[in-house]
Amino acid sequence: MTTTSAPPEPPRPKRRVGDRIFAGSATGAGILILVVLAGVAAFLVSEAWPAVTAPAGDIPGGDGLTAYIAPLIFGTLLAAVIALVVATPLAVAIALYITYYAPRRLAAGMGYVIDLLAAIPSVVYGFWGIAALAPAMVPFYVWAEEHLSFIPLFAGPASATGRTMLTAGLMLGVMILPIISAISREVFSQAPALHREAALALGATRWEMIKMAVLPYGKSGVIGGAMLGLGRALGETLAIAIVLSASGGITFNLISNSNPSTIAANIALKFPESTGLDVNTLIASGLALFVITLAVNMLARWVVNRRADFSGAN
Amino acid sequence: MAKRIDVSDLDIYYGNFLAVQGVNISIEPRSITALIGPSGCGKSTFLRSLNRMHEVIPGARVEGKVVIDGQDLYGADVDPVDVRRQIGMVFQRPNPFPTMSIYDNVAAGLRLNAKKVKKAELDDLVERSLKGANLWTEVKDRLNRPGSGLSGGQQQRLCIARAIAVEPEVLLMDEPCSALDPISTLAIEDLMTELKERFTIVIVTHNMQQAARVSESTGFFNLAGVGQPGRLVEFNPTEKIFSNPDEKATEDYISGRFG
Ligand SMILES: Nc1ncnc2c1ncn2[C@@H]1O[C@H](COP(=O)(O)OP(=O)(O)OP(=O)(O)O)[C@@H](O)[C@H]1O
Ligand SMILES: [Mg+2]
Repeated sequence: MTTTSAPPEPPRPKRRVGDRIFAGSATGAGILILVVLAGVAAFLVSEAWPAVTAPAGDIPGGDGLTAYIAPLIFGTLLAAVIALVVATPLAVAIALYITYYAPRRLAAGMGYVIDLLAAIPSVVYGFWGIAALAPAMVPFYVWAEEHLSFIPLFAGPASATGRTMLTAGLMLGVMILPIISAISREVFSQAPALHREAALALGATRWEMIKMAVLPYGKSGVIGGAMLGLGRALGETLAIAIVLSASGGITFNLISNSNPSTIAANIALKFPESTGLDVNTLIASGLALFVITLAVNMLARWVVNRRADFSGAN
Repeated sequence: MAKRIDVSDLDIYYGNFLAVQGVNISIEPRSITALIGPSGCGKSTFLRSLNRMHEVIPGARVEGKVVIDGQDLYGADVDPVDVRRQIGMVFQRPNPFPTMSIYDNVAAGLRLNAKKVKKAELDDLVERSLKGANLWTEVKDRLNRPGSGLSGGQQQRLCIARAIAVEPEVLLMDEPCSALDPISTLAIEDLMTELKERFTIVIVTHNMQQAARVSESTGFFNLAGVGQPGRLVEFNPTEKIFSNPDEKATEDYISGRFG
C-alpha cells in the first residue's frame, strides 16, 4: 500500500504486515460465525414455516403445532433442570475439594478422572443409563411410590424398567458434571492470593476464607459453567433417546414409564421415518430448542453482569 | 490490650530453604517497632511468622519460639485461627474484598467471630473503626459502594479499619505505604502514632525517614551473603540506630553506602 502521488500526505500510522494479517483473519472469523448463525436461523425458520401455517389436523397428533411441541419443550426443560440441580452443587463441592482441601497428589488424580468423564461418548452414557443406572434406580422408585406418593414428583406408578425422567435427568447430570466442575475448579484456583490471605489474616477458618474470598470471586464462573452444562443438557440427544421411555404428555411425575420426550431425542427418533409436513414439524421443534438455548444464554449473561460492580474484575 | 512479643532463636523455612535464621527480639507493647533491611533479607517472612500467616504457604514452617504475653504462639494446642484473630495484619498492596461493600469490608472480621452482633452495634463498630482509620468522613455517604472503588490510599486505610475493627492486640504492617503518595503516607503515619496508644505495632518499611519518624525501636535485617539466610543484625532504639548504630553494616545501610 504505497502511494506514489507527489502532494505530501499526512503520514499514516505504520501498520505492520503481521498485525494486518491478524486483524483481518480475526475480523473474518468474527463475521463468519455471524453468517453461519444467521444461515442456520434462516434455514430453521424457512423450513419450519409450513408447519406453522398448516391446519392443526395435519400436524402429527392432530391438535396443532403448539400441542405437539409444548410437551417436548417441557420434557427438555425438565430433564435439563434435574441435571442442573443435581450436578451444580456436586460440581462446586468437587471443585472446592480439589482446589482447597485435597492433598496435592490426590487433587491432580481426581482432576484427571473428572475430566475423563467428559471424554466418554454419549452413546456409552446411554448404555450405562439403560443397563446400569435404570435398573439400580427401580427399588428407589418402588419405595418412593409407597412412601412419597403425596409429592406429585413421586406420584407413580413406579416404572419397572427404571427408564424414567428422573433416571434420564440423573444421567444428564453425570454427563454435565465434568463441564461445571472443570470451570469451577479453574475459577476457584484463580481466586487472588491477596484476598485469600486477607481473609486468613482476619482469622478466617478455611471454610470462612472460601466463603469470603473464593466463592464470591468464582460465582460468575460457576454460573457460566452451569449454563454451559445446561446447554449440553438441553441439546443431548442420543443418551436420552436410549434411556427415556417417552409417551408424550406433560407431567411432573418423575418415576413412571410415561414421560414427555425431549426435543432433541424426539427429532433423532422420528426424523428417519418422517416425510413432508412431519419433517417441517420436527424442524419447528428444533427452532424452539434454538430459541430456548439462546434465551438461557442471555439469562446467564444477565445474571453474571447484574453485580458487575462487585465482581473481582475492578 | 496491647501485648509484648518475645521471639527466641527463630528459624524460618520455605521447604528446605532456610530464609531467616536465629532471630531474637523483644517487642514492647504500645510502641511502634520498625523493621528495615535490603530486599529479600526476610522482613516479610519474619513478620508473617508473628501471626502464623507464614505456614499458609505450602511447605513453610518455623523452628524456635514466639511468645506473646507468656503464650507460646506455636504451642501444640494453639489454633492458628485464634492467633490471627489476636494479631491483625495490613499488607503491602491494599486488599479490600472486591465483592464486598465498604461497610461489609470493615464488618468482615466481626462477622467471622461468629457471634451474633446486633445491627446497631455493628453500625457503631464500623463507624468507630473507620473513624479510627481516618476514613469516616470520606466514605460515610457511600458505605454500600464497593471498597475497590476507593483510591489506593483510601483502600489501605480501609484495610487498616478492617484490621482494627476486631480489636487485635498486635498490628503487623508490611510496607503499608509503599503504594501510596506522600500525603496518604503521612495520613497513615499519623494514624499509626494514634493507634500505638492501643496496639503493639510492627511495621516493615523501606523508607528510612518513615522508620525514623514513627518508630521507637528499629530492627535491621541483613543477608550475610548470596544464598545465606537473613539475620537480625541489630535491634536498638530508633534514635541510636540512626545516630550511632552498634554495627558497621547498619551504618552502611542507613547512610546508603551499602553493598
Ligand atoms: N513463597 C515463598 N516461597 C519460597 N521462598 C520464598 C517465598 N517468599 C519469600 N521467599 C524467599 O525468602 C527470602 C526472604 O523473602 P522476604 O519476602 O521475606 O524478603 P523481604 O525482606 O520482605 O523483601 P522485600 O523488601 O523485597 O519485600 C527470599 O530469599 C525469598 O526468595
Ligand atoms: Mg517484603
